[in-house]
Amino acid sequence: MSDVGTEKARLLAVDSLVKEFGVRRGLAERMTRTEVAPHRAVDDVSFTLDRGEILGIAGGSGSGKTTLARCLIRLIEPDGGEVRVDGTNIRAHKGAELRQLRRRMQMVFQDPYASLNPRMTVGAALHEAGKVHNRPGSEDETAFVSRLLGLVQLTDRIAPRKPRELSGGQRQRVSIARALAVDPELIIADEAVSALDVSVQAQLLNLFLDLREELGVAILFISHQLAVIAEVADRIAVMQKGRIVEAGPTQEVFAHPKDEYTQALLRAHPHPDPRMRFAAG
Amino acid sequence: MSLLEIEDLRIEFPGEEGQLVAVKGVDLAVEQGEVLGLVGESGSGKSLTCRAVMQMVPEPGAISAGAIRFDGEDVLSLGKSKLRDFRAHSVGMIYQNPFGSLNPTMRVGAQIAETLKVNRGMKRDAAKKEALALLERVGIEDPEHRMRAYPHELSGGMCQRVMIAIATASSPRLMLADEPTTALDVTTQAQILKLLARMRAEEGMAMLLVSHDFGVIAQACDRVAVMYGGHIVETGPVETIYHEPEHPYTRALLNSVPELDSAGNVQRRAALAGHPPELADVIPGCVFAPRCAHAKPECEAVSMKLQELRGDHATACPVRPFAGAGADGGSKAERIEA
Amino acid sequence: MSATPADIAAPLPRPRRRSALAFVKAWPTSVKVGAGIVGVLTLAAIFAPLIAPYGPNAIDPFALLQSPSSQHLFGTDDTGRDVFSRTLYGLRLDIVLCLLVTYVPLPFAVLVGAIAGYFGGWIDQVVSRLADIMISFPFIILVMAIVAIVGPGVEGFLIGVPIAAWALYARLARAEMLVVREQPYMMATTALGYSKTRAILKHGLPNVLRPCLVYSTIDLIGNLILLAGLSYLGFGVQPPTAELGSIIAGGQGYLLTAWWIATLPGLVLVLFGVGIGLIGEGFSDRGLERGGR
Repeated sequence: MSDVGTEKARLLAVDSLVKEFGVRRGLAERMTRTEVAPHRAVDDVSFTLDRGEILGIAGGSGSGKTTLARCLIRLIEPDGGEVRVDGTNIRAHKGAELRQLRRRMQMVFQDPYASLNPRMTVGAALHEAGKVHNRPGSEDETAFVSRLLGLVQLTDRIAPRKPRELSGGQRQRVSIARALAVDPELIIADEAVSALDVSVQAQLLNLFLDLREELGVAILFISHQLAVIAEVADRIAVMQKGRIVEAGPTQEVFAHPKDEYTQALLRAHPHPDPRMRFAAG
Repeated sequence: MSLLEIEDLRIEFPGEEGQLVAVKGVDLAVEQGEVLGLVGESGSGKSLTCRAVMQMVPEPGAISAGAIRFDGEDVLSLGKSKLRDFRAHSVGMIYQNPFGSLNPTMRVGAQIAETLKVNRGMKRDAAKKEALALLERVGIEDPEHRMRAYPHELSGGMCQRVMIAIATASSPRLMLADEPTTALDVTTQAQILKLLARMRAEEGMAMLLVSHDFGVIAQACDRVAVMYGGHIVETGPVETIYHEPEHPYTRALLNSVPELDSAGNVQRRAALAGHPPELADVIPGCVFAPRCAHAKPECEAVSMKLQELRGDHATACPVRPFAGAGADGGSKAERIEA
Repeated sequence: MSATPADIAAPLPRPRRRSALAFVKAWPTSVKVGAGIVGVLTLAAIFAPLIAPYGPNAIDPFALLQSPSSQHLFGTDDTGRDVFSRTLYGLRLDIVLCLLVTYVPLPFAVLVGAIAGYFGGWIDQVVSRLADIMISFPFIILVMAIVAIVGPGVEGFLIGVPIAAWALYARLARAEMLVVREQPYMMATTALGYSKTRAILKHGLPNVLRPCLVYSTIDLIGNLILLAGLSYLGFGVQPPTAELGSIIAGGQGYLLTAWWIATLPGLVLVLFGVGIGLIGEGFSDRGLERGGR
């Protein structure tokens, strides 16, 4: 990664992204005709991501990290700002062009039970994704599916199964494989390991690192667990109330947190070593 | 005599092809005033074991064998009214989902007061006063105002505080906490753990804390029991379990726990292969053997009974591949090499 | 690959592939019982020309109002027609007509509802308001109006029921789609860059269809009773065609002297309804169980 930081390596540039949600006015407010300011779920967020880089986004519930992720591929329509993929503003496109841009940024969702269509076999789901975007190799379904399953370290035997016949970890691997089916340059992992058992979580974190190494994909790794981000991310951005309150190389941010909220998050981390207990309060 | 004793507990569910055994002969004891952590992954049977104490195993599951004694009294043979009494006075329980466990149509003050009226026979005014005191004790600011709030008007952390207030309303001697902080933000989690620690110090109540997160266990517990596939595979003081785990599963589990110290040093962990067993899987001998790096052929024939090591430390692994690996960092050293 | 062997070495949860027999075995008891009842009655109706001892309108002038016997299982009516034979032929007609009015409009209605639910906005507004109008319109008046236009016969039923029924399915499908639309797997279709047509037809519809099919069993019973009721009132199947409702209507005058004419076909109707109800209920329970996972 010699050209990190140069224009050539830059994959994603987010500039002043804003998403507001209307607040339902209560009866009293309606009677008195009080204006209620809309809630800013994503508030002036800017960051960049290079090819092959892993950026962690941390924050508690309601910090806006999931809304941010969805705005990036316009699952939710942002209200302002820019999202540039390789210099192309995703907000300026629609229809087939937008679908083409979305192909380059794939999402892996938190709940592996729900993010796969319960009525489709693993093989059919993987093949469908490749076929829709005419990916090279997708003419031969068996070989295509087999290659993808191999990438996420699953056996071919899984192809004829339905999602409910898989374990949680296997399902999440399948949804990663489905994302890979369309040859993305960026994977947005939205709490992708949060619902998994610790031992399976460690496997999946390794898998993400493997994918970055082998395919050169960049990963936007969203998690409420700082420790999980510490395991994989090169850089971290901490979000609170829709804003990025602190960003930088993971090690630096963790060693010398400047923002109060980051400090609070780090202090609250339950360390598995009982000698590092926090005092009763 | 221990406060809570669980002996050879079995919990079974009817399956399509015969009974599925979810908890397979668990022995457990909680001493007076002690906090015991029950840690394990999904399907390990930890939550079921905890619910069995209240005889609240979800249908169609049932306790098929074993004994549960509270203060020497057999809980499983209690009659209906005695069981209600036991649930009302001796044990308190808090759950993972604080929103789901509060009635959404009742003000929280009224819910606490209801418990006091029903379980402690208090009159209306006295109950109201006591509810206020309880809310104050669990650290809710401006309790007079919060009394009149509905659950959806409170944050998750506050709801959990209300649940703790209800659970401790009749000063139980044992608290059952089933993943009490899993649904909460990390900062809120820390507050709730601190609150539980304080309550325990003030009230001297014992606690059985169920969690999948070793971090939470380490923060709150004196002793730990590690569960896997319906068995307890290792038990001991929390420091011993962290620094000198004897069972390969415990060690692997600890190795898998993500740590803040990894920041800036991105590398792969020696992750455990495979996934935890499902209910329908029948594994002969040691349940962990199929995933175990140290498994030997004879592991297919071992019983899963705990064997005392020293002091309070016991493991179900007869192979004991780490015996004599030395104190502290056994797991750490291995991790860095991997 | 430098990584862990991951899931390769581990035992995988067994796939549940079953033979047809095992598939039936896995049904809840209520479904088995219901399927048994419905199966027997349907077979009897299909093979009515083979099973029925007499023609549906064959008159035996020497056997008027005879009570049930080995010759006439359900007895005979006032014109000497064999009630058992008429019941079989009547059931046959009822089943065919009800299947038509229940399942012909269903796919259309589900599609409309699913589209309304998926897109929302003005499409949803139009569909929902239309459905509201249809549901609040007095149904019997609608059928009577149609009968007034096209003349007495089953046309009123065949045209009227679909006009009213689509609204219920569209509403149900819309409500289901509102839920399904928010499922991560539907979001994933957008994220994967699939077209909306594909998302709705391939990923949305199959998941919306199930509750609609469960509901259709209740609807089927309703239509069965409705048809019998309309015929009874004279707005449905016209005499002398054998139809359960009209048989019951015809036997009504003899309820005290020849109870079998109205009662026995009535019981067959009830039995068929119960059978379908059991199937629907059993599968909706199972649906809940699945959904709960």
